[in-house]
Amino acid sequence: MYRNLSALFAGILFGLGLVVSQMVNPAKVIGFLDLFGAWDPSLAFVMGGALIVTGIGYRLVTKKEQPMFDENFHIPADRTIDTRLVIGSVLFGAGWGLVGLCPGPAISALSIGGLPIIVFLVSMGAGGFLFEKLNSSIQPPTDSMTGHDSAQSA
Amino acid sequence: MQDFTPVSATLGGILIGLAAVLLMGLNGRIAGISGIFSGVIFASAGDKLWRLLFVAGLVAAPVLYGLFSSEAIPFTLTSSWPLIVAGGLLVGFGTRLGSGCTSGHGVCGLSRLSTRSMVAVGLFMLSGMVTVFCLKMLTAG
Repeated sequence: MYRNLSALFAGILFGLGLVVSQMVNPAKVIGFLDLFGAWDPSLAFVMGGALIVTGIGYRLVTKKEQPMFDENFHIPADRTIDTRLVIGSVLFGAGWGLVGLCPGPAISALSIGGLPIIVFLVSMGAGGFLFEKLNSSIQPPTDSMTGHDSAQSA
Repeated sequence: MQDFTPVSATLGGILIGLAAVLLMGLNGRIAGISGIFSGVIFASAGDKLWRLLFVAGLVAAPVLYGLFSSEAIPFTLTSSWPLIVAGGLLVGFGTRLGSGCTSGHGVCGLSRLSTRSMVAVGLFMLSGMVTVFCLKMLTAG
């Protein structure tokens, strides 16, 4: 119950951050990625603001034995830099540059962006679905979602 | 330089950071949106509802913001339909293969000083910049 309410509240707060920082606006994000054009460094300030708060806040809250509404912290233990990480990040970056949307802003923009956002989100879901299918056909499913959960960082 | 908004960008970033810290302190979870989103469909039954509610919160945020602000939220998306579909597929597939996006690797991973996330962020920023550059060359030519 509390776990669900806190997730809803965190989602709203995160979304408000995306709106206030204008990261829900694809043109704004493209402006940051357009390093050799009319470069707009705003996104770096969004990152900076978020990193200062998270850098300090994570250290404070993870000092406790456990989170308030769960038995333990679900922090990715994986430290290996493998081809999956490299290729995945390059592909994600290419998609990000094509449209100016990454997952958070794309979801938040659902309430303001109309049909193009719906089409983007359906495509994004299809891309994720394709990955899950390929992934499970390459390697037998492990203890499915608990393994999935600890391995993923985002 | 165009439309540089350092104050609202930093403020928004602080809100994003607070959301990430809350989700960690209360639920012990990384605020990685691609993973939370994918888990709405693929996570085990008991692990789905909080993810769905987090996503619902993201969608509700612009609506709530609109209740307190008379100004319209700036939104400009000029990409053609094929690019929107290709972009969505690449973002969906790439974030799962690379285990994270701008929030999970960017905000949460970097603040934990994860080398994995540093590599991921460097690569997707570079890849995004190269893509924008190439796209501009192609459309200009």
